[in-house]
Amino acid sequence: MDAFLSLLHGFDVLLTFNNLFYMVLGILFGVLLGFLPGVGGANGIAILLPLTFSMDKTTAIIMLAAIYWGALFGGCISAILFNIPGEPWSVATTFDGHPLAKQGRAGEALTASLTSSFIGALIATLVLTFLAPIVANFALDFGPPEYFAVYLLTFCSFVGMGRQSPFKVLSAMMLGFAFAAVGTDEVTGGVRLTFGTETLLTGFHFLIAVIGLFGIGEILVTIEHGLNFEGQKAKINPLVVWETWKKLPQYWVTIIRGTAVGVWLGVTPGGATPASFMSYGLAKRFSKNGDKFGTGELEGVVAPETAAHSAGTSALLPMLTLGIPGSPTAAVLLGGLLIWGLQPGPLLFVEQKDFVWGLIASIYLGNLVGLVIVLSTVPLWASIMRVPFSIIAPIVIVVCAIGSYTLSNAPADLIFMVMFGVIGYLFKKLNYPLAPMVLAIVLGGRAENAFRQSMIGAQGDLSVFWSNGLVGTITALSMVMLFWPLIHWLYQRLR
Amino acid sequence: MRTKKLGIAFAAVLSTAFAGWSASVQAWEPTKTVEFIVPAGIGGGAGQMAQLIQGVIQKHKLMPTSMVVISKKGGSGAEGFLYVKHAKGDPHKIIITLSNLFTTPMATGSPFSWQDYTPIAMMALDEFVFWVNAKTPYMTPNEYIKAVKAAGGKMKMGGTGSKQEDQIITAAVEQITGAKFTYVPYSGGGTVCTQLVGGHIDSSVNNPVECVGHWRAGSVRPLCVFDENKMPYPDKIAGDKSWEDVPTCKSQGLDIEYLMLRGIMTAPGVSQDAVDYYIGVLKKVRETPEWKEYMKKGAFNQSFMTGAEFKQWLAKTAERHHALMEKAGFLKK
Repeated sequence: MDAFLSLLHGFDVLLTFNNLFYMVLGILFGVLLGFLPGVGGANGIAILLPLTFSMDKTTAIIMLAAIYWGALFGGCISAILFNIPGEPWSVATTFDGHPLAKQGRAGEALTASLTSSFIGALIATLVLTFLAPIVANFALDFGPPEYFAVYLLTFCSFVGMGRQSPFKVLSAMMLGFAFAAVGTDEVTGGVRLTFGTETLLTGFHFLIAVIGLFGIGEILVTIEHGLNFEGQKAKINPLVVWETWKKLPQYWVTIIRGTAVGVWLGVTPGGATPASFMSYGLAKRFSKNGDKFGTGELEGVVAPETAAHSAGTSALLPMLTLGIPGSPTAAVLLGGLLIWGLQPGPLLFVEQKDFVWGLIASIYLGNLVGLVIVLSTVPLWASIMRVPFSIIAPIVIVVCAIGSYTLSNAPADLIFMVMFGVIGYLFKKLNYPLAPMVLAIVLGGRAENAFRQSMIGAQGDLSVFWSNGLVGTITALSMVMLFWPLIHWLYQRLR
Repeated sequence: MRTKKLGIAFAAVLSTAFAGWSASVQAWEPTKTVEFIVPAGIGGGAGQMAQLIQGVIQKHKLMPTSMVVISKKGGSGAEGFLYVKHAKGDPHKIIITLSNLFTTPMATGSPFSWQDYTPIAMMALDEFVFWVNAKTPYMTPNEYIKAVKAAGGKMKMGGTGSKQEDQIITAAVEQITGAKFTYVPYSGGGTVCTQLVGGHIDSSVNNPVECVGHWRAGSVRPLCVFDENKMPYPDKIAGDKSWEDVPTCKSQGLDIEYLMLRGIMTAPGVSQDAVDYYIGVLKKVRETPEWKEYMKKGAFNQSFMTGAEFKQWLAKTAERHHALMEKAGFLKK
């Protein structure tokens, strides 16, 4: 009841003209940032942060958080339409979202993805509202072994899920790990695989790799196929939203599973990216239509989006209560808290009621407003697919290039983008899967650090991954996932 | 025709030369966006301070042009430092420094040194505090060190990065006391403190601002501060304790002093005019209530230095880092 009253108070704080105005502004801006590859919510918030100085701090966080929701929504639009994920957690959305768009079903894919994002966020916010005191301290149980176990689970739920041979999956993943290893090694502080150049000191930014592999690679393949862009078949159907909504309830298991994975990884804080990959992997394994994943299944869009959005939302909890950022965007927001003179920590909920509950209320309203805004434009977005490829391709390439350059103002990133584009093209031609490689590029560095921190702490004793109930369960789950095909086969033999 | 064109060209050259000359007579002012480089992550202490300075400058309109904060953290900050080093003579690039100004070139052999840059001002010094989990029985550094010795190297000290300030302090503690820690490097100070709260490490040497939230909530305990004097902030923070109540490590028999530079520098070969301009702006920043509030929140040591005094301090500190790192075996051979 306490939580409910606090929430009402939050809405009371939120519902002023000023706050609502900045919220809508933030959402619109966020959708645009998320839609443009490379710019992203984190950058957008970092740019605007100093401007919020002269604002009331509650208004400021509401606006910046609205940018975050907007970017979460916007990220899936470019992922589905152009195969270019604007944010790391949209990568898994491209796997089925883009094939759908190519079949002329962009409207369906967009509606499914945006709606499931909203459901994920809504459930996560309910958890945030009513269970915050209970789940707030989950994150404290997570040391290096636990983090590593979560990453391992993500990898394991992905191995053997493609139609390609497991060896191709494995070699793609290993190549991804090699790309992830370039740059500074956080554990020793040394540099690796930079060939003595300064350009490679930071390694390959994940977004450059993704823009190249997916966006540029896709365009190269299409050019080879003679500029035929099948998306042109797309009909503009104003009823597409309604028709897709009728299909969504049948995926309730996937939605619940995705949200559970998302909330769990959000509060722990493993982050939205592993959540979206893990949810996709699990859905593929346990769905009746699992075999068709990757060819354009609505369920393959629902799974990663619910998880990504619920993780993104629940990641605010460890940020506010413990000062642990669950995502790059949360890290920037955290910097904002300190600059505004707020101290993240267990007492924030007690001392800054207006701020915290105003923010939570704004999550409800912000997501609802965001959903309405983006859904009402779905037919518009989908109609982009009707533009001839010879016009759209150059525009996409320019937008990709701008996005890559803005990331760190480094001209070398443009070269890397093209390089990854060629790799993406070759992978498609040789029928190697891109997903495991991207997964390794995104999570490889974090997994490696967590593993080595665990090893340092445990003096090299591998049994640390079974040293308590929590880490033991996650590790055991990973093993089950890894050997699932074998277990499944044995089970059927024994029957 | 030909001569006419030449004449116009000549006039153009003359007028630009004249404009240039007249500009140099006036005091220097930025004419385009100033890039404020952070050789670390945006969420960390240096990034926060840079964003605060940017925000304060914008809010109080202290500069005619805008300022952008750019994080270049690759190679333990080498990316940012080299970027500014290569911008020789460009007064529109400034950089905020951490201890990695000294430690990164020493530990990795990156080709830069503090002498490459034109120092502007020391804005503050960041304190280091020795923290343990509040559930442990240790009330003084001595009690804790005794336990570390008894554990024979199994007690874990968490810190940010490798061969940087946190590990240097850890090594110094080891050298003075003879105790042995297992040092676990993490990616950021905030993470280190929550790892301490969660009991995944046994102690840390976090900056005050990184742990204050958990201290107030009663989950961590400060043992001592690695400074010559106590932190002069008497406001009650955790129960009836204030920053002022934290004893110096020296008074507890742990004779180590370590402070981290939060200073601002610009590219090599930048004119004194430009440096004076920035000093003027930064002095105004220090007068704002936002800055004062931030200093208090983070229990900073508010030393301010410019010019020759700052240069001397830098030289002394560089030497000291060399000695500390040599003793700890962190120098790149």
